[in-house]
Amino acid sequence: MARMKFICDAERCIECNGCVTACKAEHEVPWGVNRRRVVTLGDGQPGEKSISVACMHCSDAPCMAVCPVDCFYRTDEGVVLHDKDVCIGCGYCSYACPFGAPQFPTHGTFGLRGKMDKCTFCAGGPEANGSAAENEKYGRNRLAEGKLPICAEMCSTKALLGGDGDVVADIFRNRVLARGKGSEIWGWGTAYGRPAAGSTGSGGTR
Amino acid sequence: MKERATVWAVAGLAVMLAGCGEKPQTAQGTRKSDTAAFQGGEVRYAAPGWAAGDKASWEQQMRTRAQAQNEYARTQRQP
Repeated sequence: MARMKFICDAERCIECNGCVTACKAEHEVPWGVNRRRVVTLGDGQPGEKSISVACMHCSDAPCMAVCPVDCFYRTDEGVVLHDKDVCIGCGYCSYACPFGAPQFPTHGTFGLRGKMDKCTFCAGGPEANGSAAENEKYGRNRLAEGKLPICAEMCSTKALLGGDGDVVADIFRNRVLARGKGSEIWGWGTAYGRPAAGSTGSGGTR
Repeated sequence: MKERATVWAVAGLAVMLAGCGEKPQTAQGTRKSDTAAFQGGEVRYAAPGWAAGDKASWEQQMRTRAQAQNEYARTQRQP
């Protein structure tokens, strides 16, 4: 099976913030923490685009590289997760992440900056799947329920795609062929590496 | 009298030496492994169509579920 990936189709995102709301509700994310957010590029100008941004679960995750306590790990499906029992809330991952994914609650174990919180691809954490401990620390584990991330599954325009990288790339490729434009995927190259020369990718990357 | 002084001296020494004890400070290792998602777990709202513990069925479930995001496939099913 290919690894799990997110794709945000900037041609389709209407900045409704439904993904943000769904994520916060599904995982009971505390005030001040947004695992996902919608960013508008060229706001107010003709041709503005919106994209939904969260942890992209990078192939070569910089957060894993810089963590001084080595609290990150990657699952067999390529989802980058972390152990909150080990995190010391130093914030290095926040500086390293190109997507601004790591979030820090303002009331935590370490005073004003608590343990890091980020998108889990709805895959929970190291605790037992679906356990109360996992739910309290990381939110719901939808992958163990045979479901995909709530943000992607409930996106009204299907701008945000999440799941098996090959499948979501095929869906996006068919869309681009049908509409004849908008082949750029924001963040794809940064997160998963640029396609090798000569490969038949789904179009340009940014 | 002498015994009482000895008891007090021993108790005092015990209190003073208590600070010399050392607790293990080695960090607990990071849990680098997680129960695989296909194993299921204490899930009460599992989607139908796959069996917990069967990796192949879980992967097929993920692919089927992902196709629900493909509106071209969804509209083709309409008569």
